[in-house]
Amino acid sequence: MIELEGLTKHYGDVRAVDHLTFTVRPGIITGFLGPNGAGKSTTMRMMLDLDHPTSGTVRIDGRHYRELHDPLRTVGALLDAKAMHGGRSAYHHLLCLAQSNGIPAGRVREALDTVGLSSVARKRTKGFSLGMGQRLGIAGALLGDPQILMFDEPVNGLDPEGIHWIRNLMKGLAAQGRTVFVSSHLMSEMALTADHLVVIGQGRLLADTSMADFIAENSRSFVRMRSPDHERLREVLRGAGIDFAPGAEGALEVAGEDAAHLGELAARHQLVLHELSPQSASLEEAFMRLTAGSVEYHAHENHRPAAAAPAPAADGQWGAGWRKKGS
Amino acid sequence: MAVAAQVLRSEWTKIKSVRSTVWTLGLALVVTVGLGALISALAKKDFDRLDPQGKIEFDPTFVSFAGMGLGQLALIVFGVLVVSNEYSTGMIRTSLAAVPQRGTFLFSKITIATLLAFTVGMITSFAAFFTGQAMLGIHRASLGDPGVLRAVIGGGLYMTLITVFSMGVATMLRSPMLSLGILMPFFFLISAILGNVSATKKVGRYLPDQAGQKVMRVVTVGDDAPYGPWGGFAIMALWVVAALIGGYAVLTRRDA
Repeated sequence: MIELEGLTKHYGDVRAVDHLTFTVRPGIITGFLGPNGAGKSTTMRMMLDLDHPTSGTVRIDGRHYRELHDPLRTVGALLDAKAMHGGRSAYHHLLCLAQSNGIPAGRVREALDTVGLSSVARKRTKGFSLGMGQRLGIAGALLGDPQILMFDEPVNGLDPEGIHWIRNLMKGLAAQGRTVFVSSHLMSEMALTADHLVVIGQGRLLADTSMADFIAENSRSFVRMRSPDHERLREVLRGAGIDFAPGAEGALEVAGEDAAHLGELAARHQLVLHELSPQSASLEEAFMRLTAGSVEYHAHENHRPAAAAPAPAADGQWGAGWRKKGS
Repeated sequence: MAVAAQVLRSEWTKIKSVRSTVWTLGLALVVTVGLGALISALAKKDFDRLDPQGKIEFDPTFVSFAGMGLGQLALIVFGVLVVSNEYSTGMIRTSLAAVPQRGTFLFSKITIATLLAFTVGMITSFAAFFTGQAMLGIHRASLGDPGVLRAVIGGGLYMTLITVFSMGVATMLRSPMLSLGILMPFFFLISAILGNVSATKKVGRYLPDQAGQKVMRVVTVGDDAPYGPWGGFAIMALWVVAALIGGYAVLTRRDA
């Protein structure tokens, strides 16, 4: 269990992390989602006491990271595939970590075995590919058999086989009752692995919800209608008491009605339709809308702890800023 | 204490599992002994041409340490790499996640590297003394002469402290290039220049290397330094303590 309370980090005038409050629970995979530069890595570094928060606290099983006895036995983290000395062999890299936490040397062999690096255990890590580096970093995280695991962008730069392997590894760890906290900037990746979702943008909490709820609320489906007689289509819909929203290129988007019903309605009014197509927004689009600070963002405000709710006036401003950066 | 013992073992594994350790320490030994032997041989040839004053001031022990000026650069590289490699490779985040007690981490690392530098420094100092004296022939000093044993042990201690000082500076600066770029010219050029120009000599002799080298001298005729061999060594030790305090302060305050 990891608890963040009002976690804040300023770099000069920049608020990299802004009053984050959420809890990471055991037994499930919690996805930590946000666009690049949203403050995910900074947050994870503060969880491990590597960066000092400007204010706020992180508690791991009720204690500060620094108070943990042999921390690798409680928390295993993969922060950066390159966080190792290239001149040292994979075996010695893990051995020095194991020794520092009183972990038996036999665990080094087991961890190397788990990640499939036994055959290159004596090779220096500077010759490792990104994927091998990720695997060694994961071996380091698993070394102390910890109940809490943190992975920062673990699928970055991996081949499909490696991605598949990491997904299954994380699911297995969560199934054993462990706390698994994994960051990503890809909604599609999270949809496949995470049970719970924490979304941040510009250092702020945007959503803290179960994956199922997020999908239900955000996989918005609608029917796109297009007619050469645009005005009459509007009148007909209005007449039938159906809400619509303007779409791209003169189309209208109708939510909450099925296409068959709308087609029959048009036929009854002898209205020519050029398009009548059911659409469903992808989760990726939902994530984009969320991080851009649009309507859906406000809908999520209710699900969050009151302390984390930012002033609504500021939302539009930073959302627009994010969109301009186009990241 | 259990934690410190674990971290010491871990740092010992770290230091012996990278090649730079053997390279830098080996180079320090070879350069110091080799250059010392060469200069001792040359000094023997030139001895008869020295004026009477020069003959009185001739210090065979110190002459055999002539290679230390260059050999210490290898120790500086060793000290800098032990610390700053953690930063340049990103290993520091892995290390501090494993050992969040930053003081324990830093001083375990420095203890292990210091013990290693002490061992190599002592071997180097005695080896440089004996080969140097063999080259000096009839002008040689012997370990039993007054002050000579102190000077030879002092040579080993000097090399140890140079290493520790480098580790302290590297902990403050983090970057290996920046640390080496400051320490190498400082000890190889600037200190020597300040110490030989009369206007700056009074300041120069309080610099760590010049004060520390006093302990390696046996003949002190014509030396007007206001401190004795151990006084000079204490001045160097103060520099080292200051560098370590600075390094500790930076490590505990800054983000990793």
